[in-house]
Amino acid sequence: MDFINIQNEDFNVQQQYDALSQSNTRDGAVVLFVGRVRDFNEGEQVTEMVLEHYPGMAEKCLEDIVAKARERWDINRVRVIHRVGLLSQSDQIVLVGTSSPHRGSAFAAAEFIMDYLKTDAPFWKKEISDQGERWVEARNSDETQKKRWQ
Amino acid sequence: MNTITVKFFARLREQSGVDAMDLEIGDMTKLSELIAQLQDQHQDWTILQQKNLMAAVNHSMITDDCLLAAGDEVALFPPVTGG
Repeated sequence: MDFINIQNEDFNVQQQYDALSQSNTRDGAVVLFVGRVRDFNEGEQVTEMVLEHYPGMAEKCLEDIVAKARERWDINRVRVIHRVGLLSQSDQIVLVGTSSPHRGSAFAAAEFIMDYLKTDAPFWKKEISDQGERWVEARNSDETQKKRWQ
Repeated sequence: MNTITVKFFARLREQSGVDAMDLEIGDMTKLSELIAQLQDQHQDWTILQQKNLMAAVNHSMITDDCLLAAGDEVALFPPVTGG
């Protein structure tokens, strides 16, 4: 059971936990990851961030990533939420939740989904700081993280 | 001639000044040929000139080359930075 959504609105982590765990007696492990807007990046004070995406492709890409995770690990419920639009300092950006009978699969699948989301899913961040606006550059370290799974 | 749609995202969208444009291409045009043509025509769109330019055709990321067909939706963009 997958829930994948791209939305402007914030999300409630408790509700996401409930959706992963309620009426679910077989899964002993639930993992939730939340990515948030940092106040500093590369020496600049970030006050706001604009997230752009490629509608249609972004959803498909997230579905493909979750399907790949399902091939590798025994996970039952998966939830991926990515926000777009204007976000402020400390706002939640992304959530990945997985449930599994055992923690190893839940942890690994959540990390795998995040690593692939970072390098493959068509989202772009533009930071707004006291220095003006700046598109965030891709990091080589994200590519390295993904390669661990290949 | 075949009509395709080319979409631009992030900094490349800002440089091109448009979200999308329709283009006519000849039969058996490759993605790499389309990109080369755009690079020639728009040398001020610096993202197009970068080696790490990414491309998708009909919502699938393309890492090698491919032939384009009428009705295709091609997207060009800088490396992704979500999450």
